[in-house]
Amino acid sequence: MAVTEIKNLTMNFGPQHPAAHGVLRLVLEMDGEIVERADPHIGLLHRGTEKLIEHKTYLQAVPYFDRLDYVSPMCQEHAFALAVEQLLDITPPLRGQYIRVLYSEITRILNHLLNISAFALDVGAMTPLLWWFEDREILMEFYERVSGARLHSAYFRPGGVHRDMPDGLAEDIMAFVERFPKMIDDVEHLLTENRIFKQRTVDIGIATAEQAMDWGFSGPMLRGSGVAWDLRKSEPYDVYDKMDFDIPIGKNGDCYDRYLIRLEEMRQSLRIMKQCLEQMPAGPVRSTDPKISPPRRAEMKTSMEALIHHFKLYTEGYHVEPGETYAAVEAPKGEFGVYVVADGSNKPYRCKIRAPGFAFLQATDFLGKGHMLADVVAIVGSMDIVFGEIDR
Amino acid sequence: MNQNLQDLGDYLKNAIPDAVETVSEDHDQLIVVCKIDEIAAFLTFLRDDSNCLFKVLLDICGVDYPERENRFEVVYHLLSMRLNQRIRVKVECGESDIIPSVSGVFSSANWYERETWDFFGIMFSDHPDLRRLLTDYGFDGHPLRKDFPLTGYVEVRYDEEQKRVVYEPVKLTQAFRSFDFMSPWEGAEYILPGDEKADEAAEGGS
Repeated sequence: MAVTEIKNLTMNFGPQHPAAHGVLRLVLEMDGEIVERADPHIGLLHRGTEKLIEHKTYLQAVPYFDRLDYVSPMCQEHAFALAVEQLLDITPPLRGQYIRVLYSEITRILNHLLNISAFALDVGAMTPLLWWFEDREILMEFYERVSGARLHSAYFRPGGVHRDMPDGLAEDIMAFVERFPKMIDDVEHLLTENRIFKQRTVDIGIATAEQAMDWGFSGPMLRGSGVAWDLRKSEPYDVYDKMDFDIPIGKNGDCYDRYLIRLEEMRQSLRIMKQCLEQMPAGPVRSTDPKISPPRRAEMKTSMEALIHHFKLYTEGYHVEPGETYAAVEAPKGEFGVYVVADGSNKPYRCKIRAPGFAFLQATDFLGKGHMLADVVAIVGSMDIVFGEIDR
Repeated sequence: MNQNLQDLGDYLKNAIPDAVETVSEDHDQLIVVCKIDEIAAFLTFLRDDSNCLFKVLLDICGVDYPERENRFEVVYHLLSMRLNQRIRVKVECGESDIIPSVSGVFSSANWYERETWDFFGIMFSDHPDLRRLLTDYGFDGHPLRKDFPLTGYVEVRYDEEQKRVVYEPVKLTQAFRSFDFMSPWEGAEYILPGDEKADEAAEGGS
């Protein structure tokens, strides 16, 4: 019998595929239904954020950070704010720090709600997405009430936050914190012991602790592999050192563990939010240095000095002493870092953005090798990929 | 200088004097400038030495200083979970220098080096797959260099007649305006309009 030569099939996955989470183009080399090699092509959403930031003042750079990972905007502003605060050598007032931690945790829930439900949708469960989007909307209303925008809030600024929380918001967030665990339980009942969900995720895309570190993983991807590492504990920024919370870690480093970790992180976030609301002191929410934070409008009506400061801060901006720093936060996806080089002018000389998803996506080849085509979808879903931050 | 950073810096200087050029500190972060040929050996040492264990390579990026003799700096950010310590390693290189790739030391370096090549045109030797990463297929130039204009050179649109996307030289109805808000009394380096007459008058008068 003649031996037929079997050739590998090269297949394009995306960029318009709904399970590609945006604009991922994966070139897959398939041996039947087994993935031999995966080559992600990225950059289809590249907007030149880093180049643009070099041409903007420090304050004008803040909104670009909302548009990186558009599912967790405030955490990224947080990293930039911390970096600029280090360069300026200022510390925001205590109330501002509490509000930032509170909203960072709201952001974490916001992100995990989308990720878990979209991940479930990728592997065939439709209901969580429909249920949780209602709760996401409630959280985005909290965003809107504090900053005026549902998504691109530009709320965390160097020196604190833009404005104080309006009356009644703290009570509403507290009511949400009391009510929300039920919604987590509901979805957990659907997914955690679901036979189909487990068949699709358990033992899929395993990374050992060594491999996870070698590939530069962070966040739930790293903790899923059993490494107890969380920047909120190891390098606490703002008031995280005053908070009491636990870090869940996984055992097997597979997609299922990452799901479980995200689920538990949401409950821990609720704990942190509750503590923030209980402990939050009164006082200013942003730096009182008039050379850094602009005056209130009411003040401008009566004070010439305030008017001048307002004009100068919104045209020229503040100057930052020459120096460089790297500031990182534990964003919902992992370590989000900003490396800022200042040259003494009013614009950053260089602003490099270290996105957690970038490191995850380049491991697609290593995680997906030998798996079935459908498992690649589960792996990409469990990585929590958002193209805004990867392509920048 | 923070005592921990000082100790670590001294330790590195003594352990591998061939690689380390300078050790400094900025905003409580340790910066080590490494010799260009020794970078792979140096990062391997940082990863494996029992007093360092910088097992995570977080980031590689370039910085462009056109006025310097060696115009680029390549910056490596490493993290040691054991010591809860970060370190920044820098390599200075010119336009024609080739940096040894560290993708054999850290798997995560692969894309970061591709990105640095793409954005700055810095070459890495022994890299398994040094293609462009984030810019368009067939893109020309290295966009994060300081001499690359913000608006770029080409723009794309869908051409209805040819039924495909076409590339054209960038045409702006209004050119990109870089406003100079710097206070003329502090910071601005140019001569204010009219001020040159003062010099002329002074020369003519004397």
